[in-house]
Amino acid sequence: MSLAIRCAGLTKTYDGKPPVEAVRGIDLEVAEGECFGVLGPNGAGKTTTIEILEGLLEPTAGEVEVLSLRWRDRPDAIRQRIGISLQETRFSEKLTVRETLTLFRSFYRRGLEPDEAIARVSLEEKADAWIKKLSGGQKQRLAVAAALVGDPDLLFLDEPTTGLDPHSRRQLWEILSECRRQGRTTVLTTHYMDEAERLCDRVAIIDHGRIIAEGPPRELIARLGGRHVVEFSLQSPEAADLPAHAWQALPGVTGCRFENGTIRLSVAEPHVVLPALLAWLAERGWKLASLVTRHASLDDVFVALTGRQFEPKEETEP
Amino acid sequence: MSNPSVRPSRGYHPLAGLVAARLREFLREPEAIFWVYVFPLLLMVALGVAFRNRPVEVFRVVVCAGPQAESVQRVLDADARFRASVRGEDEGRLALRTGRADLVVAAPADLKPRYEYLFDPTRTESVLARNTADDVLQRAAGRRDAASVDDRPVNEPGGRYIDFLVPGLLGMGLMGGGLWGVGYAIVDMRIRKLLKRYVATPMPRSYFLASVILSRLVFTIPEAVLVLACARIFFGVTNHGSYLAVLLLIVLGSFTFAGIGLLVASRARTIEAVSGLMNAVMLPMYIGSGIFFSTERFPEAIQPALVLLPLTPLLSAMRSVMLEGMGLASLVPELAMLAAWAVVTFALALRWFRWT
Repeated sequence: MSLAIRCAGLTKTYDGKPPVEAVRGIDLEVAEGECFGVLGPNGAGKTTTIEILEGLLEPTAGEVEVLSLRWRDRPDAIRQRIGISLQETRFSEKLTVRETLTLFRSFYRRGLEPDEAIARVSLEEKADAWIKKLSGGQKQRLAVAAALVGDPDLLFLDEPTTGLDPHSRRQLWEILSECRRQGRTTVLTTHYMDEAERLCDRVAIIDHGRIIAEGPPRELIARLGGRHVVEFSLQSPEAADLPAHAWQALPGVTGCRFENGTIRLSVAEPHVVLPALLAWLAERGWKLASLVTRHASLDDVFVALTGRQFEPKEETEP
Repeated sequence: MSNPSVRPSRGYHPLAGLVAARLREFLREPEAIFWVYVFPLLLMVALGVAFRNRPVEVFRVVVCAGPQAESVQRVLDADARFRASVRGEDEGRLALRTGRADLVVAAPADLKPRYEYLFDPTRTESVLARNTADDVLQRAAGRRDAASVDDRPVNEPGGRYIDFLVPGLLGMGLMGGGLWGVGYAIVDMRIRKLLKRYVATPMPRSYFLASVILSRLVFTIPEAVLVLACARIFFGVTNHGSYLAVLLLIVLGSFTFAGIGLLVASRARTIEAVSGLMNAVMLPMYIGSGIFFSTERFPEAIQPALVLLPLTPLLSAMRSVMLEGMGLASLVPELAMLAAWAVVTFALALRWFRWT
């Protein structure tokens, strides 16, 4: 399978006192037709990485090939074939959705009819509305439409759902899933782990400018040693003194972490662990304050890898 | 404005698209329309009315109280150009000092008629009042004119303040429009990351810069036509030269100031920064380039500096065409200066321009 993106040894250092090393050596390969997620907390280097791939930033060092072309040799050829949605673009407020997309369409040699792009993001009703009148979610869908209007082989989306309400996020996910079904190669950055799990074939988790894990979301989760998580807290304070290996001794437990009084066990089969856990607590006379079992997520992967908690899942702008 | 049934054809040129987008944005911005089109007209009307050339008005003369006062007042009042009143000398001086009188005449009680004139030599109307009153009083005292004189009043359009002002306003509009229209719009797009979004597309960067300048040109021509038409309708201002020459000057001026606007906006990241820069660039030209009054009023020593400002050659060329009917061939130095400004600022702007 041919590669849509190949980059090796990518670094980017911003001048300053002290210099900021935003990206410290990233190697990536994205196959054609793949939906690839770049994940990480704010400031991890996601946007810098994607903007280097998009040709908007020069890397300090490293090799980049996009659609088998290099930015310094064929910048226009690459731009004809990629579509971009920046983290934040405020289009001209007094142009309509259709006018904006018609303008962007005129920049490309081939592409979708503006109305077709509008239909792809379900903005038909707003086609003649000024951009000023659109909601945050609608503006974000317009940004995706502007990325699609050149009918790109490769789509870059930088935090497409940040700051959106849950309903708008889900709408956007549907649009992106549709792109994925059409086999369009997509690279998206996000700091929502659930988004990546849902949309991406493969993800790279970035922290402090480096990739700390890479692979299909399910595989990364499986590496935790269990697809499920049992999370509980106890009313008895003395339980906090118990070391991790004591909990790991329970049958079926593959990992254990503590966090703010919560004990989190990675498990393969909750129905094996739970009776054993409850019996064990009853023996000691410890009472549960809370108990939750759920599927393991990329958040758990991040926590396992960095020892830090990831950001809150739902973030709404003030 | 947008008709859903009208769909652009394929092969719609990006440059045309960008210019059309700028025009639409401008036309949908009522404030911009006001400042660009209505404001210069209001300014012209206000200044044209305030500084209209009138036949010399009635001189206000104070005659100092005294035995001869009444006869002096009678002589002056017999002439329609005077309105004389008899008052004390102190009161007369006060009226002169505060501009309520143009002349104070004192007639000491002598055998021979003898007059003292109190006037302000720095005030045109005061000097005129003194000379005219002197003439009238001398004749009343029996002077005979030695030569015969015929007065033939001339009041042709072309020499009035408004005739001077209109080319100045045209130039001011080109300067303000170029700097604000281009500079503000670019920094605004940079802040909104629209510039960054544009450079992420295959659209050539030069198209974008060209579209900004071309759209300026499209806004400028109606603005100039409006000013010229109103000047003609309301004040009878005519163009003594060719309209083609005026149009060429407008186009060249519009390019020059769009280039300066691009340069001013080439690096600025905030509206405050670009506003400050633009004011700093425009202020010397507002004062020193001869919009409202001739640059000849400035001392000889700073004249060479004034000529270097881009608005100065534009206004001087515009007035030479409109007031003196000169052809462009005789204005080569001014045109060359303008073209040099346009080329140099555009080249520097291209070099320094910050897209992201």
